[in-house]
Amino acid sequence: MSATRALHLAAEIGGGPPGFDAAPYVELARLAERGALDFVTLRDSFGRPGPDALAVLARVAPATERVGLVPVVTTTHTEPFHVSSAVATLDWVSRGRAGWWVEVSATAAEARLFGRRPAAPAGELWREAGEVAEVAARLWDSWEDGAEIRDVSTGRFIDRDKLHYVDFEGTDFSVRGPAIVPRPPQGHPVTLVDIGADGDGPRARTAARHADAVLIRARRPEEAAAVAARLRAHAAAHGRAAGTPLVLAAFTIDLGDGEHPLEHGLVGAPHTTTGAGGPHYRGGPVDLAELIAGWHTAGAVDGFHLTPAEPRRDLERLVNGTVALLQHRSLFRTFHPGGTLREHLGLARPANQYASAGGTS
Amino acid sequence: MHLAAHFPGVNSTTVWTDPRSRSQIDFASFEALARTAERGRFDFFFLAEGLRLREQKGLIHDLDVVGRPESLTLLNALAAVTDRLGLAATVNTTFNEPYELARRLATLDHLSGGRAGWNVVTSSDAFTGENFRRGGYLDRADRYTRAAEFVATARELWDSWTPPEPGRPDAPYGSPRPFAHSGPQFRIEGEFTVARPPQGHPVVIQAGDSDEGREFAAAAADVIFTRHGTLEAGRAFYADTKRRLATYGRKPADLKIMPGVTVVIGDTDSEAQERAAEIRGQQVSGQTALLAAEQIWGRDLSSYDPDGPLPAFDPDPDVRLAQGRVRHADPLAEAARWRALSEAKGLSLRGTVIETTTRQSFVGSPETVAEAFDTFVRTDAADGFILVPHLTPGGLDDVVDRVVPLLQERGVFRTEYAGTTLRSHLGLPHPVPKG
Ligand SMILES: Cc1cc2nc3c(=O)[nH]c(=O)nc-3n(C[C@H](O)[C@H](O)[C@H](O)COP(=O)(O)O)c2cc1C
Repeated sequence: MSATRALHLAAEIGGGPPGFDAAPYVELARLAERGALDFVTLRDSFGRPGPDALAVLARVAPATERVGLVPVVTTTHTEPFHVSSAVATLDWVSRGRAGWWVEVSATAAEARLFGRRPAAPAGELWREAGEVAEVAARLWDSWEDGAEIRDVSTGRFIDRDKLHYVDFEGTDFSVRGPAIVPRPPQGHPVTLVDIGADGDGPRARTAARHADAVLIRARRPEEAAAVAARLRAHAAAHGRAAGTPLVLAAFTIDLGDGEHPLEHGLVGAPHTTTGAGGPHYRGGPVDLAELIAGWHTAGAVDGFHLTPAEPRRDLERLVNGTVALLQHRSLFRTFHPGGTLREHLGLARPANQYASAGGTS
Repeated sequence: MHLAAHFPGVNSTTVWTDPRSRSQIDFASFEALARTAERGRFDFFFLAEGLRLREQKGLIHDLDVVGRPESLTLLNALAAVTDRLGLAATVNTTFNEPYELARRLATLDHLSGGRAGWNVVTSSDAFTGENFRRGGYLDRADRYTRAAEFVATARELWDSWTPPEPGRPDAPYGSPRPFAHSGPQFRIEGEFTVARPPQGHPVVIQAGDSDEGREFAAAAADVIFTRHGTLEAGRAFYADTKRRLATYGRKPADLKIMPGVTVVIGDTDSEAQERAAEIRGQQVSGQTALLAAEQIWGRDLSSYDPDGPLPAFDPDPDVRLAQGRVRHADPLAEAARWRALSEAKGLSLRGTVIETTTRQSFVGSPETVAEAFDTFVRTDAADGFILVPHLTPGGLDDVVDRVVPLLQERGVFRTEYAGTTLRSHLGLPHPVPKG
């Protein structure tokens, strides 16, 4: 992989104790936007305190202009039709800046909150998550661009020939379609999957097929490069384009103690501990910039997803320290040249799977 | 008096052919209407919901405005560009689960600082169900049973956090207590993830007119969204629903009755009448008229002339051509009504449809409309109105700029918001948590 590929940066704005007021989320998203980050994420689950992440990022949308907005949206107990409508609407209200971070609900405790079905093994949950991603994409395509014609002469608001039933039959659900929301500005909002440290498991299989961007957990650039290569080989087997999906290395950053170059451990130190949240960087913003530059110029990954250990403090140091340095070294852009999240990520607007080729009807 | 602004959902009210009609999906349109409503000190902004595109004769209906954003997501975004305006979403209880929806509503209430409302609707339609995991599994008879248990369950979840205690800055939102609900519709347990909403419970609205619907509203709703836009029908409905409240230990003021109405304003009454007729003509094209007649006659009428007479034959009451609409209870009686009207007034098919299907509640000068609003409220035909503009997003400018000031002069409508929550705008009590 060429080292000239653009560097992508994303940050989590949750973390810390759960907050239900909008202001802190808006503030963090604006901070990330000031650093020209590609997108912010907001984790979510039915099983732990916190507001609905997609709702929070919808609230953030009008208060920001450029930064991408990627909430966790789960697929296990939700309705695929509602999920696709909500994500499409996030794209509408943000004018093309939406993504969704696909997750599953694996615990019995979460299942009891719904009382619909028992907890299922990961293989089954991720197969279903793939089906939800597939039906969402079909629903987003079920309105062709320009289906709203407002043809005064015939009185038709829409051209029904540009609307399509999706007739999806999954293992556990079916959806007839078409969507009730017109095709979103990006065509398909960006699909993100976190495959963790597992390059071949159920998460990775779903990601290889459906994700536009993937989070991986690795401690060394070589490790990351190997996971990325394996993932892209799987993706290619599904007929996906070279370089697809984008691969972002995810780690927690704790920038609380200033520069401690010997402690950060992520570059080459063999004994870095990997906690529940994956690899952990502890050190200063300058060394973090070194680390990011090193991994990226080695061609290991397309970018990074960073979860601040302490949201406001670490995001501020990330933006004002690490990002500023990377920009100074011309390794990272200083502004968002485009308007949509796909444009930030260098991803094309997907062709519509239902649109008739060559425009013939 | 309470006022709300409706951004029409899937509908044939919006005159999208008008050059002033803007996008029906871009956020800017919703923002513009919401800002107008807030400028007018309205109680709330209101969104309908349709979960499947309607069909007629097996084809997607292509004449109406369709293609709507998902309401709760949109309202969270509108919370960013408004301060006081209530934000109400129509969300179906048949195709949702209480835990998830209670969480989304509580989140909206937090993010908007206590401005969330939920219009509880109860489609039992198997046609709509084809878009959902459970399909069309619910009998018509069970839909309000599920709705009632759904709302009760949501309230149990909203009540499940202890309120914040002054001496505990470590738990500024209080803390979750385990809940367990066991009923015929839902058996769920665990801990709710969202702190008690600022309003305690988001405002519950009910739309639906049957006896079961009214009973459900009397038992559980804070507001009714009705279709009764005339003085006589409004008074009858008002008396009937308010009477039902005592059974549930509630007072008349605990349930606000707000019909969905349209308003056409002109400099003079006669100018307004002219505009109203023009709008009716725009809302009901020839094709729209034929489709409306097909829904009653149960037969393809596309070869008919909309400007000619009604079909000479009687409807086939067993044929259903339209999917996704509330059905006429008795097509034969409806056809007879149309025929009588057509004969009495010498109306064409299209003219008859215009007469029977469009609701134009308030037509006149600003003074006339203000007087009529006031009369409705003073004489117990309504507690306020949900205004449905025929143009979006500019369709309520006239009302806000010309009628609201007259209502304010009369002292029957607020000049400033007194409180910050939708409950306080509506004068509804703050619910005390049970248990
Ligand atoms: C004024 C009004 C507005 C309604 N809006 C919606 C809506 O936006 N979405 C929906 O699915 N149903 C809507 N309904 C339908 C009701 O939820 C209900 O299914 C229907 O009125 C039949 O119930 P009923 O027999 O109690 O009248 C509305 C009904 C009324 C009266």
